[in-house]
Amino acid sequence: MKLNRRHFLGASVATVATLSAPTVIGQGKPRVVVVGGGAGGATAARYIAKDSQGAIDVTLVEPTRAYFTCFFSNLYLGGFRELDSLAHTYGRLAQGGVNVVHDWAVAIDREARTVSLAGGGVLAYDRLILAPGIDFVDGAVPGWDISAQHAMPHAYKAGSQTELLKAQIMAMPEGGVFAMVAPPNPFRCPPGPYERVSMVAHLLKASNPSAKILIVDPKEKFSKQALFEEGWQAHYGGMIDRIGPDFGGADVRVDPAAMTVAIDGVVEKVDVCNVIPAQKAGRICDMAGITENGWAPVDGHGMQSRMDENIHVLGDSAQQGDMPKSGFSANSQAKVAAMTVRGVLSGSKVFPAKFSNTCWSLIDTEDGVKVGATYEATDEKIAKVDGFISQTGEDTALRRATYEESLGWYAGITKDIFG
Amino acid sequence: MKRLLCLVLTLFALTGAAEAEQEAQQIGDAERGRQVFVRCAACHQVGPEATDRIGPHLNGIFDRRAAANAGFDYSPGIRRAADDGLVWDLRRLEAYIENPKALVSGTRMNFSGLDDAQDRADVLAYLRGFSDSPADIPEAAPTARPREVDLTPEILAIVGDREYGEYLSSECTTCHQRDGTSDGIPSITGWPVEDFVVAMHAYRRQIRPHPVMQMMAGRLSDEEIAALATYFGGLE
Ligand SMILES: Cc1cc2nc3c(=O)[nH]c(=O)nc-3n(C[C@H](O)[C@H](O)[C@H](O)COP(=O)(O)OP(=O)(O)OC[C@H]3O[C@@H](n4cnc5c(N)ncnc54)[C@H](O)[C@@H]3O)c2cc1C
Repeated sequence: MKLNRRHFLGASVATVATLSAPTVIGQGKPRVVVVGGGAGGATAARYIAKDSQGAIDVTLVEPTRAYFTCFFSNLYLGGFRELDSLAHTYGRLAQGGVNVVHDWAVAIDREARTVSLAGGGVLAYDRLILAPGIDFVDGAVPGWDISAQHAMPHAYKAGSQTELLKAQIMAMPEGGVFAMVAPPNPFRCPPGPYERVSMVAHLLKASNPSAKILIVDPKEKFSKQALFEEGWQAHYGGMIDRIGPDFGGADVRVDPAAMTVAIDGVVEKVDVCNVIPAQKAGRICDMAGITENGWAPVDGHGMQSRMDENIHVLGDSAQQGDMPKSGFSANSQAKVAAMTVRGVLSGSKVFPAKFSNTCWSLIDTEDGVKVGATYEATDEKIAKVDGFISQTGEDTALRRATYEESLGWYAGITKDIFG
Repeated sequence: MKRLLCLVLTLFALTGAAEAEQEAQQIGDAERGRQVFVRCAACHQVGPEATDRIGPHLNGIFDRRAAANAGFDYSPGIRRAADDGLVWDLRRLEAYIENPKALVSGTRMNFSGLDDAQDRADVLAYLRGFSDSPADIPEAAPTARPREVDLTPEILAIVGDREYGEYLSSECTTCHQRDGTSDGIPSITGWPVEDFVVAMHAYRRQIRPHPVMQMMAGRLSDEEIAALATYFGGLE
């Protein structure tokens, strides 16, 4: 369905009316607290501060001083990016009017509408935006827990984990085995594990060409599968093996002390083991009591929690419908949430929600592919409207252009998130 | 009033054999096209002796990938379009000589375009004589006569709503930087409104190659395109 100007003007008035009345009542400015300064949270904080021009107080709670993007962290593994180029700080957000608090949110009181911080502070809100990313499901990979993340890194939150994983790959013995335990759906960045395998293969092809890569995967199929498999065959023939559920890929247990992986009972000794466990919403969502089956259900029209109209949930934590969990999606959802929150708190115009996503992946030097779609909000979910995917057999010029475009995207989105 | 107001963009026909047959006709009058080509000849040569001048020679242009003439120093704009898959079939050639910038942003082809549909048809018929792919089959894919559709004066006259454009723009700025920086992804800031509108319609009609842009433009209404053009056009 296409909305024209006339339609959405009517719709926007209706939308605003059904949300709770503006909280602009008397005392002080309306207050927004954003928990999590990643792709979703930082975008939302920045857009609300920028577009409300001081009419709304925006506080961002984020423990880290420097955020390392997961996006492009695989390119760091492959040797295409420096780790430092993935780090982003919060100075420009602060200059743009966001009150940046480096702390953890540890409790949310939905009655009193307050957020408690690990450092002891308490923040009151009129609207709360939660964008805490992901946490791992306890016991998802038998034998692995957070205490094992040094022996068997996940590198699914970027930074020191990514650095550690790369160091381990570089230190592999000649002809050694790199194993990846891939996660079940849904998880952050569907092509992420497979782009990672491509980048690890690229690195090993140069430094350790007789090494092997083993993917243990509980899923039948994965994102951009035909493109990855074509690329692996062309660039890294014979190096990569994937064990799907038919051959026991869903029955895996690890022993971090012995550095073994047992697949369907068969024990394999490996040199590096990248365990990417099953995922759930960032734990603070659980603590706020707004999750169901591990994720926080939201109404796509404004990314509002289905369990508390004063809370909006963005990005990986949200269970919204058809959008993949990606930085692009989180950024897109943040803009819809920011507009909605401003509409409620300061009466600004609310337009119909539009979402989009494109995920680029690098298979080898200048061999980029992409998949993307547009989405709209229905009452039931965020629903896909239209999409595309790179084709197998594309020529090198197009693949190079796709890679170059991904560099432009990275520069663009990080500016859009962090200012 | 700007010449763009009478711009004509073209659309794929090719639905069913009967229709295809109707469409299959000579592109135009090649003899007359030779005279029209005089306007192109300041920069382009064609024929057995042709070499690259200010612009590349045009032998074999039909059905060729854009920017494919080794040895010619193309603009980044046309190289990007080539990487995106631009191939010179009749439809694209016609769109290009009508308004080069509508098809390829940042092209160095500094030519205001041929307004007259007959002039375009004739000059393309003339150039067709120097392309042998596919040999002498005027109705074959790259030379089939497409049906024309107007980008009407009404569409071009829509006054964009800047505020709405600003909201919609947040979808663009995930990739295109607002300050006009372009690395890997072109700048869309500060374009003349008409150029922006024409370019977006060309994506929406899938005349311009690029899957992301075709998808994004595909769900924008005429009003939304105008709103975005107004917003980005007004940015410094
Ligand atoms: C290897 C890999 C490759 C990827 N590649 C791409 C890609 O190419 N393109 C793409 O679009 N996406 C990619 N992604 C996915 C992308 O990184 C995530 O989808 C995106 O970061 C999600 O954004 P978010 O805001 O939901 O969470 P995050 O960006 O993870 O941000 C969450 C933030 O919340 C903070 N936080 C958590 N709990 C609390 C708390 N209690 N109090 C305060 N702060 C808290 C965390 O410190 C963190 O900074 C990739 C992911 C991985 C792992």
